[in-house]
Amino acid sequence: MKLEALPWIILFLPLLATAVITLFTLRCRTKSSLISISAVVAGFILSLVYIHANGWHSEHTETARTWLSIGDLHADFGLKLDALSLMLLLIVTGVGGAIHIYSFGYMHEDKSMARFFAFLSLFTFSMLGIVLSNNFLQMFIFWELVGVSSYLLIGFWFEKPSAGDAAKKAFITNRLGDFGFLLGILMVWGLLGSLNFGVLEAVMKANPAALGCCATLAGLLIFCGAMGKSAQFPLHVWLADAMEGPTPVSALIHAATMVAAGVYMLCRTLFLFDADALHVIAYIGGFTALLAALIAVQQNDIKRILAYSTLSQLGYMVMAVGLSGPTPAMFHLTTHAFFKALLFLGAGSVIHGLHEEQNIWKMGGLKKKMPVTFWTFIIGTLALSGVPPFSGFYSKDSIFAQALHQHHYVLFTVAVLVAALTTFYMFRLFFVAFLGEPRTEQARHAHESPKVMTLPLVALAVFAVIGGFIGIAGLYAAQFQLEGESLTLAQQFLEPLHAPFALACGLGAVIVGLIAAFILYKKAATDPLPARLGWLSRAMRDRFYFDEIYQATFIRAHDFIASVCDLFDRWIVEGACIGLVRGGTDLTGRALRLAQTGNLQTYALLFALGVALVLYFALGK
Amino acid sequence: MHAGLEHYLTVSFLLFSLGLLGVILRRNLLVIYMSLELMLNAANLALVSFSRFNDNLNGQVLVFFIITVAAAEVSVGLALIVALYRRRQSAHVEDLTTMKL
Repeated sequence: MKLEALPWIILFLPLLATAVITLFTLRCRTKSSLISISAVVAGFILSLVYIHANGWHSEHTETARTWLSIGDLHADFGLKLDALSLMLLLIVTGVGGAIHIYSFGYMHEDKSMARFFAFLSLFTFSMLGIVLSNNFLQMFIFWELVGVSSYLLIGFWFEKPSAGDAAKKAFITNRLGDFGFLLGILMVWGLLGSLNFGVLEAVMKANPAALGCCATLAGLLIFCGAMGKSAQFPLHVWLADAMEGPTPVSALIHAATMVAAGVYMLCRTLFLFDADALHVIAYIGGFTALLAALIAVQQNDIKRILAYSTLSQLGYMVMAVGLSGPTPAMFHLTTHAFFKALLFLGAGSVIHGLHEEQNIWKMGGLKKKMPVTFWTFIIGTLALSGVPPFSGFYSKDSIFAQALHQHHYVLFTVAVLVAALTTFYMFRLFFVAFLGEPRTEQARHAHESPKVMTLPLVALAVFAVIGGFIGIAGLYAAQFQLEGESLTLAQQFLEPLHAPFALACGLGAVIVGLIAAFILYKKAATDPLPARLGWLSRAMRDRFYFDEIYQATFIRAHDFIASVCDLFDRWIVEGACIGLVRGGTDLTGRALRLAQTGNLQTYALLFALGVALVLYFALGK
Repeated sequence: MHAGLEHYLTVSFLLFSLGLLGVILRRNLLVIYMSLELMLNAANLALVSFSRFNDNLNGQVLVFFIITVAAAEVSVGLALIVALYRRRQSAHVEDLTTMKL
């Protein structure tokens, strides 16, 4: 392997940036942000250099140092550098770099910009750690680090109580999933005796039944980790609340990278899952996709619509993994990173231009005032909806084809339905927020964002357009050792024609969604759906009452257990155990105090009696 | 009547008991001090009698040792009592309870 030191440098540059910012330049805003931006951009350039030197599929894909060795447990600190991780390396540093640059404009007014960039670099470091890990233990450590940095960034405006609550909710929900993940890791280690992905894969290949009867359980426990990070049902509740963080954070963490970590982990360890576990995963993914798409239809906050859309797309990816299609899953993850980051940054640009207005019904008529944002946002919308030839079309089509190929017709129907809903809610957002007449004074006085914010939009828009046919899918296919032939650009362009039925259904869904959105929202001043759908619309708007259900069941139960523990602590531990010992000592002390009279002769008498007693026992018998 | 070991020991025991009673019951420090000396001398008497009846000089050596220690102890003790009397104008044990917490 050439240039072996490069990946290590790429990994630790952002950590170095965090350290420098927190230790030295916390008072200097511009310097701090430049340090952070240059760390991630340098990472991007170095990744390109590394890939240029080694190619995507090199012979040796691991570089490791022994980290600790206790008895049978040997844990490496290692980096895995195959096509899968190299591609994600590019996404994290590339898309992340665009978002870092954008943040420089977006956060310019904020007084704690230096802190923001320190957190952002910490996040980049942790995310790169997950991507490059070559074993479960190391991945888990970075997994938790990502959780922490996400917590810090969601709660960045911690003086707002809602931001603090959202940060706690995200962290605790993630911890719940991570608990299962940790159990799964321990189970795998106990049964297979190794944590290294390469070794595990070899063991599982040699003996597919190596996990025995625990295979399904181990698979589902590991999936718990992905369920938390990738916000799958029933742990999906945190992602929408996480939009309390600054918009670049939503773009970076809660659209492009962190939530993708779960899907990435599933693809990385796909060999561990047996058919039953994959079945469950596929259905959870499909259900999440449908649920989130329905909720997104009736949201009015621009960021929340995008958040639920992210949930829905993550559902697609998880479903694709469950249909044993890591290639479509990773392909969609990649294109999604481009266009969803683009959409979030576009939304951030709109929010910025309208002075922190997030309600789409208070926008409108932004086409003339924010042309760059407008055009890039429509590219993102088209890509997300799956309109050919934008990138989302290719990746979504590969998922449909995978579902058909596996004969999962239920999931295929769900996926097509979700595609129609996706187009519908995205064009609803687009028609209401960007077209028509300005609805408020703020919308009338909107202004385009500065260059530092629009240039990243343009860069991401380019990839949102061409991402579908520049060989990304082929890279992943070669990684997962499926059909390895490399296609030319034109062949890739026409690739969806291989599954005409899936293609037709996907396009039909897009057209239905588009027409419905056009009829309902082209000239709407208020939302017509609540009147037509009644209670269903209310349920969608209130997120199907999941927060309330959790509040009434889990949180209530948790509070009850906590109060029982409190009573136990207060009365049994504190009262009986500690109280008895303390009271006993106190009482004995008080009694013995009576013996101390201060009178010399009493002591002499007692002394004499004592001597007599000793003599009696020593001699008297 | 010939005096045997038990007679000497009885006298020694009586002297020791008188001394002990004096220490426990008397109030004046000087008298307590004298009672202590009495107890020491009762012990000396016992040692000498054992020495005499067992034809062994070890006991008598020990007696000289005790007398020497007693002399030293008396000089220190009396000095303490004089100093205490000068300070408190009293040599009664009831007045000496400042060690009590």
